[in-house]
Formats: sequence, structure tokens, C-alpha cells
Amino acid sequence: MTNLRIKIIIVTLFFFINLNSNSIANVSSDFINDITSKASNILSSQDTEEFKIQELIKIGQNSVDIDGIGFYTLGKHRKNLSDDQKNDFKKIFREYFLKSFSTRLVEYKEAKIVVISEDVKNEKYTIVKSKLLATSNRPEVAIDWRVYTKDPSKPLIRDLIIEGLSLARTQREEFNSIIVNNDGNIIALFTSLKEFNNK
Amino acid sequence: MIKSFKIIISVLTIQFLVVSTSLGEEKEVKDCFEKINRATFAFNMALDKVLFRPVALGYRKLPSPIRTGTSNALNNLSNLVTIPNNILQGDLKAAGNNTIRLIINTTIGIVGIFDPANTLGFEKLEKEDFGQTFGAMGVGEGCYLVLPVIGPSTVRDAFGSLVSMSGGDAWYNLTVKNDTQYFKESDYYYSKLTEGVDFRAKNLETFDSLEKTSVDFYATVRSLYLQDRDRKINNLKIKTDTLDDSDWDSLDK
Repeated sequence: MTNLRIKIIIVTLFFFINLNSNSIANVSSDFINDITSKASNILSSQDTEEFKIQELIKIGQNSVDIDGIGFYTLGKHRKNLSDDQKNDFKKIFREYFLKSFSTRLVEYKEAKIVVISEDVKNEKYTIVKSKLLATSNRPEVAIDWRVYTKDPSKPLIRDLIIEGLSLARTQREEFNSIIVNNDGNIIALFTSLKEFNNK
Repeated sequence: MIKSFKIIISVLTIQFLVVSTSLGEEKEVKDCFEKINRATFAFNMALDKVLFRPVALGYRKLPSPIRTGTSNALNNLSNLVTIPNNILQGDLKAAGNNTIRLIINTTIGIVGIFDPANTLGFEKLEKEDFGQTFGAMGVGEGCYLVLPVIGPSTVRDAFGSLVSMSGGDAWYNLTVKNDTQYFKESDYYYSKLTEGVDFRAKNLETFDSLEKTSVDFYATVRSLYLQDRDRKINNLKIKTDTLDDSDWDSLDK
């Protein structure tokens, strides 16, 4: 009798755990499907480039964990920042990210992304696998999205892995190179980012 | 000339042996010759602007079937390096698949212009080279290098290229090393040049937008090259293995 009760509890628990992970997975896939179709509509429209950039920036602001990525890209240098410097960096990086993100995307006139599957890594991360369909000028490109699902009602993108190459990691190594080449002075990175933002 | 070539090989060999043993656990990028590398990178970028980019733009204007055929033929040729490396890495299944692909595509596919092997169920697999084989054997990448014209490499990968040119690449042996009535030395260099142009044409937008949005383009290219080599050596499927969750977990603490 006790055994039966334990089995029922275990089955019930599994049912709920499974239900929970499925719901996270669906949330992530729907989330990526939603933003890629919005971006695709913007890119293929007849609007001006300036308008497209503004619309893409709105998508970035609502769907990307910009502050999280910013601190990730600082890597080991993050620990050396004062609170004032952290706030400065957040502001500068946000501007840098949105400019860089929208400038990169606006180049793609025909961008059709298809979500293939997802992989719930844990309660905080789901990887959504997708592909950017081939055109006559470029081959198909595999894109994996690292979605931060700590708050399932507000999933956020934390990384894009294009053909196995992580953009967040690339950014971190780029920033590290600037800091290291300026004798560890993190202000040099702030200056480079400000110069980019003002271009 | 021969003397300086020997000196270069000796330096590379020493680098190869020293760095490969010391870099086992090192995750930091080892850019031992950064100043020279940056200068070479600037030279390559200038060359790209006046030569490779314009040629790639022109190549893009060719009809799609011609570009696909060229790409297929070059890919078919690369099997001559991939197959021995499949064997050296102990991947006999891939070696068999690639050998059948080479035979079918060279004959029925007319020197590889068409890819009937794929239709017959022999899928196109990742290319392999001697640098990857050394990596798979556990040899560290060594210092990062930027080679004139060729571009990003590492001491290990440069050593791998030397192996190709010392008998490891059947196409190189047929064209450059052997005097046959069928091939000329220039055929090898034309094929490599076309391979470069084909790659550049496929990545025009990506490369341009990366350059436009990077604050240190040299570091961006270095990071992408090293990540790509790491992925290929470990034969990782295209997914998130490049990033460990612990990297991100520290953000939430």
C-alpha cells in the first residue's frame, strides 16, 4: 500500500516536472518565432533604413538581456569595477549594443529564420535551434539562441551562436583585447565604445 | 632562400613543441606575436579591399549554377586532404563516405561540379586537415598567427599546412611537386585562389557588418577563428558547446 502511494507521488511529480519543462520550452520557441518573424517583416518592408533601425532597436530592447550580456562580456574585469563605473558601463554598453545589433541586422534584406527545435538545459536556460534559410548569395546558416528563462513570463536572449560561434564570447574576447592592450585600463574600453557610439 | 625556409621551419617546430606542451590547460588566447600579427592583418585587410573583395563582388555576379558548380568542384578536391586525415583520426566511416563521394563526384559528377553522391545517400561531411588531426591528437594550438595573404592560423595549423605541402596533399603533389602532362603548378594556386574568392563571396555581408560593428576587428577575427578551429577539432555539432553555463552563472550571483 505504501509502495503504491510512493509510486503515485513519483508519477504525479514527474508529470508536473515534465509539464513545467515543456511549458518553458514552448515559451522559448514561441518567443524566438515571434521576434524573428517581426524582424523578418521589418527587414523585408519598403521602409527607410532609419525606420527599420528604430524598429529593430525596439525589438532588441524588449527581447535581449543587454545588461546581462554587457557584464558577461567584461569577464574577469567585471570584479574591478566600482558601482559608478558599473552604471556608466551599463549605459555605454546599452547604446553600443543596440547600435551594433541594428546595424548588423539591417544588412540582411532577405532574412527568413525557421525554428527547428529546443533544448531545455535547466530552469534558467533553453537553447532554441534555428536556421537562417539560404539565398542565392549565401548558404544556410545555423543559429542557436541562448534564452534566459529564469522568469518564464519574460524570456530574454543572452547569446546567439552562429554556426557554433558564440557572439557573446567573441565580444568578451574583443573587449578583453582592448583592456589588455591598454595595460588593464578599463577606461580605454569605455572610450572605444563611446567613439563607436558617436560615429 | 632554402636557408631561411629551414630557419622558419625550425622556429615553428620549436614553438610547436614548447607551446603544445605548456598550453594543455590554458584557456587564454596566446597571441605571442601580436604586434607582427596586427601589422600582417592590416596588410591583409588592405589586400582584401583592393583585390579579394572586388573580385568576390564580381564572382557574385556569375550565375548561381556556375558558383555552385565551382564550390562543389573545390569541395570535391578538398577530399584529397580530408580522407587521409579521417584515417589518421581513426574515423574510418567518414573516410569511406568521403572516398565514395570523391569517386562518384569526380566521375559521374564531372570533376566534382555536380554532387550526385549526396543524392545517393553519401552526405557531405566537415572538411578535415592536418592541423585538426594534430588537435585531435591532443597537440595544443600554440601561438596565434596571421599569415600574409592566407590569414588567421596558429603554430599548430601552420605546421599542418607544412605537412600538406610535404606530401600530405595529393593535389599539391600532382600539381606543384610532380611534372605531369595533365596538371601545371599554376593549377594548384588557381584552385586555392578560387577557394578564397568563393569563401569571401559567401561571407560578404557577414564580414562587412562585423568590420563595421567591431571596436577591435583584429580581436574579433582572432576569436572567431580560434572558436571555429576548436569546434572543428572537437567535432562538436553546431550548438552551444562553445559556452559553459558556469560562464553565465556568475552573473546571477
